[in-house]
Amino acid sequence: MERRSPFERVINFPAGLVAVTGILFALALLLVLSFRNNDGQILALSFTTDNYTSLVQDPLFARILLRSLIIAGLASLATVVLAYPVAYYITFRAGDRRALWLILVTLPFWTSYLLRVFAWKTILGYNGILNSAFVALHIPGAPFETLLYNPGAVVVTLAHAYAAFAILPIFVSLSAIDTRLSEAGLDLGARPWTVFRRIIFPLSFPGVAASFILVFVPTLGDYATPLLVGGNSSLMVGNLIEDQFSSLDDWPGGAAMAVAVMAFLAIAFFVGRGAWRGWRRWQSGALA
Amino acid sequence: MKRRGFSALGLYACVYLVFLYAPVLMLPLFSLNDATYVAFPLHGFTWRWYQELLADSDLHAAALNSLKVAVVASLAATSAGTLTAYALTRGRGVATRTVAALAVVPLFVPGVILGIALLIVANLIGIGPSLIAVTFGHIIVCLPLSIVIMRGRFAAYSRAVEEAAMDLGAPPWTTFRRISLPIAAPGVISCLILSFTTSIDEFIVSFFLVGTQQTLPLFIWSHLRFPTQLPRMLALGTLILLLSCCLVLCAELIRRRGTDKTAFA
Repeated sequence: MERRSPFERVINFPAGLVAVTGILFALALLLVLSFRNNDGQILALSFTTDNYTSLVQDPLFARILLRSLIIAGLASLATVVLAYPVAYYITFRAGDRRALWLILVTLPFWTSYLLRVFAWKTILGYNGILNSAFVALHIPGAPFETLLYNPGAVVVTLAHAYAAFAILPIFVSLSAIDTRLSEAGLDLGARPWTVFRRIIFPLSFPGVAASFILVFVPTLGDYATPLLVGGNSSLMVGNLIEDQFSSLDDWPGGAAMAVAVMAFLAIAFFVGRGAWRGWRRWQSGALA
Repeated sequence: MKRRGFSALGLYACVYLVFLYAPVLMLPLFSLNDATYVAFPLHGFTWRWYQELLADSDLHAAALNSLKVAVVASLAATSAGTLTAYALTRGRGVATRTVAALAVVPLFVPGVILGIALLIVANLIGIGPSLIAVTFGHIIVCLPLSIVIMRGRFAAYSRAVEEAAMDLGAPPWTTFRRISLPIAAPGVISCLILSFTTSIDEFIVSFFLVGTQQTLPLFIWSHLRFPTQLPRMLALGTLILLLSCCLVLCAELIRRRGTDKTAFA
């Protein structure tokens, strides 16, 4: 082994310091706090599992967590399904204008996140843009009260707000595909749809999965969207956790909720990965 | 895959662009509309909201705070991320891989949870909610981004260039400073810009860590509740939109010049 130079010894120090204090230590502390009594101290010797037992017994938490999982799942699904054809178009059909398209789809993403969410409130509101257009067009029943403050509004807003998260990973995995594979498929007499279904989509699946995760994680904990466009019927687990840290002043309870959410995320991740691997194995078995 | 133009797909892509842009373009449209509420029909043109906005001293303070935080956070995240990405492409050891794996964890943690976890740390070590805490939070949010970008950047050219420098007697630090960093410089700059815009726009982590001094997104959040403040926020959103467009276009131009220059990759 060659000797390591001073540079090579400190190269990981900055990121390591940030990662250990801000990520490892912070998440560990969150875990510790979730086993503490609500006595106003962060570190002390008494431990309790009360936070978790009351969480399990709390129907409100279960309902809101389930609702959050469904809303985030639908929003991620909508984002990925809407984005996939666009990523496909950019990769295979945009030609010289590929770079332009990539800039075009990412630009709206760099406007203020809060104002992007808020724009939907102004569009869907009772006195909003859509309703004022409906009234002007004399559509019967307009203005509608039901456009805003429902889970559907949250799903649409989130699918819009996180669009770039989905397009880019799918684009990256699509552009890594060797086009000779699909040409071979076509030469051997497969129809374009079959080529897509049996070659292109399976090869781009890692990008689809990455997009789904990249959208699912932030939408599951989204705080502003449910408050701005969701209303009381669509509050999500991020709002519930925030309540514990502000108005309800129950930090250990909030920490337990956060740990529970992380656990659900981890379970969802491993179940999804297991299902994908099982499906792949089943497919390759069916081919053999 | 160059078959005849399947125009339904192109049409769909255009409709999708409308879906992406229509809500965003409502901001500039209604920021110039002479009415407090946001609805059609338009009531006439005015600069009033921009004038009122620019006279607001709270906004000046919030913008300055955001600027300070974003400059420090993007510099710190980019430097740390660049070093670790460099170590990663050279495949050095367990420490590098552990640090890199830990540093991208925030991609898998919802912002609310990262925010409360950092709030607990900030309270424990005594800095409490403050601009320093916000800056630290933004470094953590930007670090995965910079590692991923810089890793791609360093992987894009041949290791032989560095090996040549080493063979000619350059120590690792000199090789990094004189060879690797200049080659990857366009990546560093676009990484700085993306971290900067991420930090300027970061809401949820700041929401927990902010003390008495607001940042720009928190200023927006606290004003969104008041209907009379609304047109001013639309004006602010328009200004942010213009600024980010400029920054992103700069980043893109620099990135493209960079890919042209690394012809020896």
